[in-house]
Amino acid sequence: MEIVKPLLQFLAAALLAPLLPGVINRVKAFFAGRKGRPLLQLYYDLAKLLRKTPVYSRTTTWVFRAGPLLGAAALVTALALLPFAGRPSFLSFDGDFIFLLYLLGLARFATVLAALDTGSAFEGMGASREMQFAVFAEPAFFMGLASLARVTGQTSLAGMFGALTGGTWSTAAPVLALLTASFFLVLLAENSRVPADDPDTHLELTMIHEVMVLDHSGPDLAYILYGAALKLWLFAALIGSTVLPRHSGSWAGDSALFLLMMFGLAAAVGVVESVIARLRLTKVPYMLITAFAFSALALIFQMGR
Amino acid sequence: MHTLAELIIVFVILLNLALSVTGGLAACIRLVAVQGVVAGILPLLAGDGAPHARTVIFAAAIMLLKGAVFPWLLLRARDRSGAGKDVEPLISYPASVMLCLGAFIASSWLGSRLPLPDTGVAWIVPASLATIFTGFLLITTRSKAITQVLGYLVIENGIYIFGLALFVEQPLMVELAILLDVFVAVFVMGIAIFHISREFDHIDTAELSELSDWRRGEYGK
Amino acid sequence: MTTALMLLPLAAGLAAFLIRSDAARRSLLLWTARGHFLLAVLVIGAYFPGGSLIAAVVSPVPEPSSPWFAYDPLGLLFLGIASLLFLGAAQYAVTYLAAEKRDPGEDADGGFIFNNAPEAVFTGCLLLFLSAMTAVTASRHMGLLWALIEATTLLSAPLIYFHRHKRSLEATWKYLLICSVGIALALMGNLFLGAAGLKSGVGLDLAPLLSGAGALDKPLLKAAFLFLFVGYGTKMGLSPFHTWLPDAYSESPAVVSALLSGVLSTAALLGILRVNAVCASAGLADFTGGLLVLFGLLSVITAALFMLGQRDYKRMLAYSSIEHMGIIAMGAGLGGGAVFGALLAALSHSLVKAGLFFTSGLILAAEKTRRISDVKGLWRRAPRTAVLWLAGFFLITGTPPSGVFLGKLIILREALALKQYWLAGAFLLFLGLLFGGMARVFISMTFGERVPKPGERPFEERAGLLAPAAAFLVLVVLAGLYLPAWLQSLLAGAAANIGGKL
Repeated sequence: MEIVKPLLQFLAAALLAPLLPGVINRVKAFFAGRKGRPLLQLYYDLAKLLRKTPVYSRTTTWVFRAGPLLGAAALVTALALLPFAGRPSFLSFDGDFIFLLYLLGLARFATVLAALDTGSAFEGMGASREMQFAVFAEPAFFMGLASLARVTGQTSLAGMFGALTGGTWSTAAPVLALLTASFFLVLLAENSRVPADDPDTHLELTMIHEVMVLDHSGPDLAYILYGAALKLWLFAALIGSTVLPRHSGSWAGDSALFLLMMFGLAAAVGVVESVIARLRLTKVPYMLITAFAFSALALIFQMGR
Repeated sequence: MHTLAELIIVFVILLNLALSVTGGLAACIRLVAVQGVVAGILPLLAGDGAPHARTVIFAAAIMLLKGAVFPWLLLRARDRSGAGKDVEPLISYPASVMLCLGAFIASSWLGSRLPLPDTGVAWIVPASLATIFTGFLLITTRSKAITQVLGYLVIENGIYIFGLALFVEQPLMVELAILLDVFVAVFVMGIAIFHISREFDHIDTAELSELSDWRRGEYGK
Repeated sequence: MTTALMLLPLAAGLAAFLIRSDAARRSLLLWTARGHFLLAVLVIGAYFPGGSLIAAVVSPVPEPSSPWFAYDPLGLLFLGIASLLFLGAAQYAVTYLAAEKRDPGEDADGGFIFNNAPEAVFTGCLLLFLSAMTAVTASRHMGLLWALIEATTLLSAPLIYFHRHKRSLEATWKYLLICSVGIALALMGNLFLGAAGLKSGVGLDLAPLLSGAGALDKPLLKAAFLFLFVGYGTKMGLSPFHTWLPDAYSESPAVVSALLSGVLSTAALLGILRVNAVCASAGLADFTGGLLVLFGLLSVITAALFMLGQRDYKRMLAYSSIEHMGIIAMGAGLGGGAVFGALLAALSHSLVKAGLFFTSGLILAAEKTRRISDVKGLWRRAPRTAVLWLAGFFLITGTPPSGVFLGKLIILREALALKQYWLAGAFLLFLGLLFGGMARVFISMTFGERVPKPGERPFEERAGLLAPAAAFLVLVVLAGLYLPAWLQSLLAGAAANIGGKL
């Protein structure tokens, strides 16, 4: 059973991830007074897209075709690193949080290259924006993970979240609170959620992430949508494991609580999207710099302890 | 108790960061007010058991002054002087945040080197020093007269926290005299801002540059 | 009696806001100043019963009624300066206000007409300022001293903005902001001082601080001195922190400039000297002295450099004030006999500079310009003013016989005695530069052919404006010729309070 558990966790994450965007959409619809899309809409979309034949422009090369696959593959790998309810995942080694960062970077790189490969001006613009914000988001994320490593004295993700307990919150509350805030901001920016980007917009001039994937179709688009859902899950899982560390209950109880936390986080994102207006494009870096500042403060706090 | 105090300290630092990125004048005024009130809670947490009646009264006076009277005065000065809504920084907001963070790093280094008595509350000394730095940042890199007053108030907040960190007990009369001075300072500065806006049609201190020994031109023309 | 000394101007100041009649308010100002001076003389006199001076000098006797306020010779000296200067200033202000009322301000070199602040506010703030200043000289608690010095800043800000025009407003704002921030740093210094005495539990009262100085935490005490020095140094006008000073001195009315340079800067000086005394008792005299000498010399150098290209005679006087603050700081820093010289220089500088500022007010009224190059042949238009102007020049640059000369001489002698030849050389060199720079200005203003401006009426030199200036200058000459025994012992006692040897 102990060998199966990590596998079960991994499968649960991979299967449940597309549910999160559904939850966000329902919460937003609730705030807007609408009924909203079905909770499982993304699953239907994925199923439909996978059955379609992709259309490729004649100007594109293999880079364009490889992009979505590579991105989704990197994120699935990243998911394997991720602890689930404070329990170790089946892929774990010292310093794997840097590996995680590079996997995320690889996914981004693949998407951006694919976007550039189309030769379209709009996609190029989206790619440029994506990279510009990544410059601010990655240090914030890295600093956050580094201070988490410092708090727990572990350098593997599994180790970090395994060492994190409820007691840590009473001794290092400021650090963890700062980290949570920082991760949440990074989550919003990295998943093109509202203050940074609007996933529902279809005005190319204001889009960031969506504009890069305009030309993808069929299974390629499905990979991209699935990859985005995994990315959301990934960040949400990090926050969830920080806020609600392992409390050494039963595996099933912990897992259920963790899943509840994940959907709670998705609901929180939905609330944020409903009550906050989108930032002007030039102000997005400020938000990420704020996240960076939070992470840096957390690190400084921890270092001087 | 100390966890709560530490959270307040973190909150004070976050307010510093927020001050360095906030572009709205009214928001800045409110942030400074919140910082003053939050700092005013700190003395109530010191020591064990219920605080003295004196401490409570003094803390209440401080919170009333910084949380209600100063924002009211400053918002009134802003409205009457017809100042714009933005603080109009001379450097970009990211640069402000980075300076603020740098100040905090420098303060934690400085705080660890100062041979101060052990305070029991982590980060209180660096936080107070960083607050003072933030005040200087507001004074030097924002162009409006009101933000300079805000900077002065932030410096005052920082010094207040520093005083708490050192446990320096001053007699009540001195504390009240200091409080009165700060109050009168803000009051007089508010009046001066009003006059500046009337004389210059705005409160941009960059225009306050007629008096100088460096300009070779004829002054007054 | 100490309490009465503070309450008299306080009550009068509050009353001044309420009195409607200008004449009544002016006589209130005058009589309060006279009453205050009389009380100050009594307080100083009471300190030396029957001429046995030194005994009283050594241990100050706090009045049991209020432990916050008591006088020692240092406080008495500064009280004397403040009271005497205010007496002259009140006399001058009364005449000046009457003249301003009849002929409301016209700033010829700005080319615009402006209004004045309400006279009630001006008079009220003057009197409240005197009250705060008196309390500063008497204060025996470092925290209270801080609060009172900040109070003098706030009370003098409306005085600078008496002439309601852009430039004085700019000066007021700079003054208010820079000094307030500076003094906030001094508050940090006080906190450090309190922390230094935390272990021995001495608090911030001056007497236990001085007696228990040895037990203070040395590094914290050093930090305290640094912060207090920067804070009060800003207010005093020492060099890198002096930037507000020329603006404020030049844009305020002459009587306010005189009070700022003669009284206000001494308040800040008193703050520095108090903490210096504590440091000296704790054995940190080398550290604090080094700082004082360094910044003092820097102030002298700054003043000398800015003096050379100066185009405005009131700014020139302001830089001269920076120079003298520097000299006083150097004297206090050198220690030993130089402290006596520094105090004598402080006393004489206050008087001469007040006299000069009073005279500059007359020149401004006569010529309607503050530009040096526009004033020529002053002796033709206003001969008595010109005499005072020239006399003031010789006194302020330290031409013997004068108290300023004596003070500088004593400081120089001490520097040589301590084998600080470089310091003495630099000191002399920059004093020479200052003399040259100022001589150019004063001589070109006083002499030369004057071209009368069209439609100009003959200038009436009012006795009420001339007399205070003349009296101050004469007093300084007298101080250079003969120091009465009581003044000598007062200065010596004050020097002993700081830590200087006799």
